[in-house]
Amino acid sequence: MPDFKTMFGHLKHASRMLVGMPDYDNYVAHHTAHHPDTPVMSYEEFFRNRQDSRYGGGPGKISRCC
Amino acid sequence: MSTAISKLAWLATAVVGALALGIVGFERGENVNAVWLVVAAVCTYFIAYRFYGLFIGEKVMRVDPTRVTPAVRYNDGLDYVPTNKYVLFGHHFAAIAGAGPLVGPVLAAQMGYLPGTLWILAGVVFAGAVQDSMVLFMSTRRDGRSLGDMIRSEMGPVAGGIALVGVLMIMIIILAVLALVVVKALTGSPWGTFTVMATVPIALIMGVYSRFIRPGRIGEMSLIGFVLLMSALVYGQNVAESPDLAPLFTYKGEALALILIGYGFVASVLPVWLLLAPRDYLSTFLKIGAIICLALGIVVVMPNLKMPAVTRFIDGTGPVFSGSLFPFLFITIACGAVSGFHALISSGTTPKMLETETQIPLIGYGGMLMESFVAIMAMVAASIIEPGIYFAMNSPAGLIGADAVKAAAVISSWGFAVTPEMLLEAAKDVGETTILSRAGGAPTLAVGMAQIFSGVVGGKAMMGFWYHFAILFEALFILTAVDAGTRACRFMVQDMIGAVMPSFRATKSWGNNLIATGIAVAMWGYILYTGVIDPLGGINTLWPLFGIANQMLAGVALIMCTVVLFKMKREQYAWVTIVPAVWLLICTLTAGLQKVFHDSPAIGFLAQAKKFGAAIAEGKVLGPAKTMDQMNQIVFNAYVDATLAFGFVLVVVAVLVYGVISVVKARKSDKPTAIEVGGGEVKHA
Repeated sequence: MPDFKTMFGHLKHASRMLVGMPDYDNYVAHHTAHHPDTPVMSYEEFFRNRQDSRYGGGPGKISRCC
Repeated sequence: MSTAISKLAWLATAVVGALALGIVGFERGENVNAVWLVVAAVCTYFIAYRFYGLFIGEKVMRVDPTRVTPAVRYNDGLDYVPTNKYVLFGHHFAAIAGAGPLVGPVLAAQMGYLPGTLWILAGVVFAGAVQDSMVLFMSTRRDGRSLGDMIRSEMGPVAGGIALVGVLMIMIIILAVLALVVVKALTGSPWGTFTVMATVPIALIMGVYSRFIRPGRIGEMSLIGFVLLMSALVYGQNVAESPDLAPLFTYKGEALALILIGYGFVASVLPVWLLLAPRDYLSTFLKIGAIICLALGIVVVMPNLKMPAVTRFIDGTGPVFSGSLFPFLFITIACGAVSGFHALISSGTTPKMLETETQIPLIGYGGMLMESFVAIMAMVAASIIEPGIYFAMNSPAGLIGADAVKAAAVISSWGFAVTPEMLLEAAKDVGETTILSRAGGAPTLAVGMAQIFSGVVGGKAMMGFWYHFAILFEALFILTAVDAGTRACRFMVQDMIGAVMPSFRATKSWGNNLIATGIAVAMWGYILYTGVIDPLGGINTLWPLFGIANQMLAGVALIMCTVVLFKMKREQYAWVTIVPAVWLLICTLTAGLQKVFHDSPAIGFLAQAKKFGAAIAEGKVLGPAKTMDQMNQIVFNAYVDATLAFGFVLVVVAVLVYGVISVVKARKSDKPTAIEVGGGEVKHA
């Protein structure tokens, strides 16, 4: 019996990475493990942070091609 | 046993591929099935990946599975995240595949499908995929630093500065040419214009939804956007057929260009969550979906190639782009064979997400093979169309006139039989009033895609829908590129002016933002406008300039890779990057100099300026100009284009000189001098 829930999770992760949105759970896990003393961003903050980073950019920050 | 089976399987792949290539190359007449082209390409990709991509990884790069990648070293769950290789493959592919690989092959089909196909395959295997994977490798070993940074640190600050100016020029040309593709596709097309304009409010709704109503729900907002988009597409037919509404969405090229320029300015100063991000989501998902559907469609419908393998236009007299097979075929198909722009992506987000170096061949080399496959499908879509219709769509009005009767007569005289009825019928099928002189690739691809898709779903009744779906899907990601590209240019402009006026660097300042955005938009907007009023229809003139720029950037990236290989003391393998670099330099320098100095006014900008200048002196007005003012403008624009082309030549020659100097220096040292980060063999910078 294939594990549909895991498969769906992978598919969701992959589709979100197509538009440069990394996995939130992974971020939380990393943050709580390595920086427990600093506050973790909420999902909303995380989403905004990633959007600004992908498109807000700076010189030389080119996220997509012609 | 298993190795024997594996060897047999590779042998079988090679035999099938060779067979398919043989059929594609030697079979004549109208009986070559497009599936053979696809099979030949796919077999080539597998063989190339297994025997050349992996060779480059193991021998040339010597990827080290134990070496810590930037994603692991700086893991922050945000920019630096070790990511599953298939997920990263998707991310990388979505970033590199844009409108480029869909346009070039369509234009190149004027020489027949064979020359373009062979270049796409040879180019990707020996140049494009090599560049992408080598740059990815080098950036991974340098904390994911950008191409410009790497050139500066490995070849010196002057070479780095020159390369940055080159990148800005290329961005400007790309934005202008892509915008021109949209203008050409939407001129006089109310259905297309309506749906493309509808994407703006749709994106705004999505943006507000994902910011305030259901924050961060990408899936939901994309679904809402998709449904609205399809509704707009269906309703667009009513708009086109309504005598009241149609005129509101029917524009000439000049007006569309001005609308796009204004739009580009407004879009790129708005906050990213409002317009750019939602439209990027929509266009990315639509792009991946459309590419998969196109691949399935070709396999299901199995259309025959109607374009001859080779046409008489290899002599350089073709109407779609000017100049002979060498060097201009190799310039016309940039993306899909080799695209310098990928060097910016391979040294952007991708190296910050690699789990281990061993995945570099799959993602860098494999990702580019995938883009090449998109180019092959574009070639198929252009070649299954009746050749007479293909030439009617892609020849400038100056050559074939503006009515079906004259166009049919001219094109038939070239040896591609077509009747006025066929041209009118083809336009009616796709819900347009005319298909004449719609150069730029998108409409031709749309007709090809409409033929394939309507063969699967909907039949002839759905052709109009599929045609406008294809136009929409291309326009959508071109507009996203225009928006994102204008922003990137703005930051580059701020950075460059900031070098002499530091206060201009402050990116939060609205004054700086508006001024720098204005400069960026003015630069590409000006070139776009010259393209719209160009005597040869714009694409004919500007696409080669874009190809030259893009391939020159690839040349610059490959020169950098060569320098680094010498600095790593791997010169016995430097031929891997030297061979494609030399080929690209030969092609682009020849083409660049021809674009400036060629005697034919159709090819050389100076000859064009001279021709129109002579007419002005005699007081004559040459088409398409209608006034003396326009004549003067054409002369001036020809000088601008000549300057640009010559500028590209200078950039490349300068980088080449610095490359040679760096190689000579590296050879004098008896130790590796590459400036890498991490690992034991080379010291930290």
